[in-house]
Amino acid sequence: MTTVTLTVNGRAVSGECEDRMLLVDFIRVKLGLTGTHVGCDTTQCGSCVIHMDGLSVKSCSILAVQASGSAITTIEGLSAQGEMHPVQAAFKEHHGLQCGFCTPGMVMTAVDMINRRGGSLTEEVVRTELEGNICRCTGYHNIVKAVLSADAEMAAGRQAAE
Amino acid sequence: MYATSYHRASSVDEAVSLRGTAEDGKYLAGGMTLISTMKQRLAAPSDLIDLRHISQLAGISVEGRTVRIGAATRHADVASSQAIRAVCPAICDLASHIGDPHVRQMGTIGGSVANNDPAADYPSAVLGLGATVVTNQRSIPADDYFTGLFETALEEREILTAIVFEAPEKAGYAKFANPASRYAMTGVFVAKTAGGVRVAVTGAGAGGVFRHAGMEQALSAQWSPDALNAVAVDPSNLMTDMHADADYRANLIKVMAKRAVAKAG
Ligand SMILES: Cc1cc2nc3c(=O)[nH]c(=O)nc-3n(C[C@H](O)[C@H](O)[C@H](O)COP(=O)(O)OP(=O)(O)OC[C@H]3O[C@@H](n4cnc5c(N)ncnc54)[C@H](O)[C@@H]3O)c2cc1C
Ligand code: FES
Ligand code: FES
Repeated sequence: MTTVTLTVNGRAVSGECEDRMLLVDFIRVKLGLTGTHVGCDTTQCGSCVIHMDGLSVKSCSILAVQASGSAITTIEGLSAQGEMHPVQAAFKEHHGLQCGFCTPGMVMTAVDMINRRGGSLTEEVVRTELEGNICRCTGYHNIVKAVLSADAEMAAGRQAAE
Repeated sequence: MYATSYHRASSVDEAVSLRGTAEDGKYLAGGMTLISTMKQRLAAPSDLIDLRHISQLAGISVEGRTVRIGAATRHADVASSQAIRAVCPAICDLASHIGDPHVRQMGTIGGSVANNDPAADYPSAVLGLGATVVTNQRSIPADDYFTGLFETALEEREILTAIVFEAPEKAGYAKFANPASRYAMTGVFVAKTAGGVRVAVTGAGAGGVFRHAGMEQALSAQWSPDALNAVAVDPSNLMTDMHADADYRANLIKVMAKRAVAKAG
């Protein structure tokens, strides 16, 4: 057993686990944060996407011990003040989900995409950036719409703030 | 996944000695290949020695036209490096098409080149640029480094520390990505270097990445996509799998090589 120490959604946490425990299991089982999903065992579906030190990663393919010392944001941490993050609001507004299984990963991916390339997103860029996220329900159209809309809204917000 | 013991190394020497005391140890970089493989129980190392926190393995430097990329540099950092882009945009372009954004934010050049997956992208750049694979023990020319499917000249405990190359006059990379995995079903890296034209093919060879002499000759005589029209690609040493047979790959090699030359300009 090894002690893993993380900052999760702004809160310092630690827990004991076997070295082979995946970060996603640590988050779901040890921390009880079940918003992060597991949809495959081949590192391909993206339903487990979280942010580690500010970058989107697949938490199903990282050991909890590997992540020890880092800052993690999960879907639960996006709407900390009880108000939806603009990306979440855009998914709701544009019907960017059906069953919702892929949604936490999609939203975390969209936030990362906007962090890195915000203000310059086009439909083509969004579609290529969604390469690592699979949705079995929506056919992606409304997800792409939601991401573009959130990007435009957040860019406008940034401009207004300047 | 089978049980394993994790160790975080803070220097290359520490990593080598941790590996030395392990029963069946493996180095761990981004884990985008290794952890996935362990989850499927296709690998079961007794110990994992994490290289991600070793500062000697980090960082990109460009001095004049000499590019050095530390082994722990992630694909996303190569893709977005302005310093590399200024002298060799082809390798940034290649890195930006590996897998997906999340894989690029964990996976490293050292892991990819050490692993030498026959469908990986980086091996074609390393061979195509005539790069030097630098390890904790020696410098290995690319032509001697790739020895077969998932096989390299690296010894058991040797650590790949950096990839070093001289920026070419021109270079380009084109891949036909497998629609599901995004690995190369065929990828071709072409470069006009001080030592001559080099053409490296990944995703297609039955023995892994290889150079194509016929294409190199044709492009040395005339650097243009059309120069490749008359070059024959022999399918006999190419892979056949559920995605494509050898003849199809032979055709893809030509098409990708032409696109790569066109991109290089
Ligand atoms: C969904 C998905 C899609 C992908 N698509 C592509 C693609 O399109 N193209 C492509 O090229 N790759 C692709 N990959 C693979 C990806 O690029 C990996 O990041 C890469 O192959 C391995 O790098 P890593 O840092 O993750 O290494 P790890 O997985 O940590 O290690 C891989 C191997 O290299 C060894 N190793 C690592 N670092 C060193 C070192 N410094 N010295 C000696 N040995 C070392 C390890 O012991 C291990 O055997 C994909 C992966 C996934 C999960
Ligand atoms: S559960 Fe992580 S990629 Fe599918
Ligand atoms: S909404 Fe059901 S998988 Fe995407």
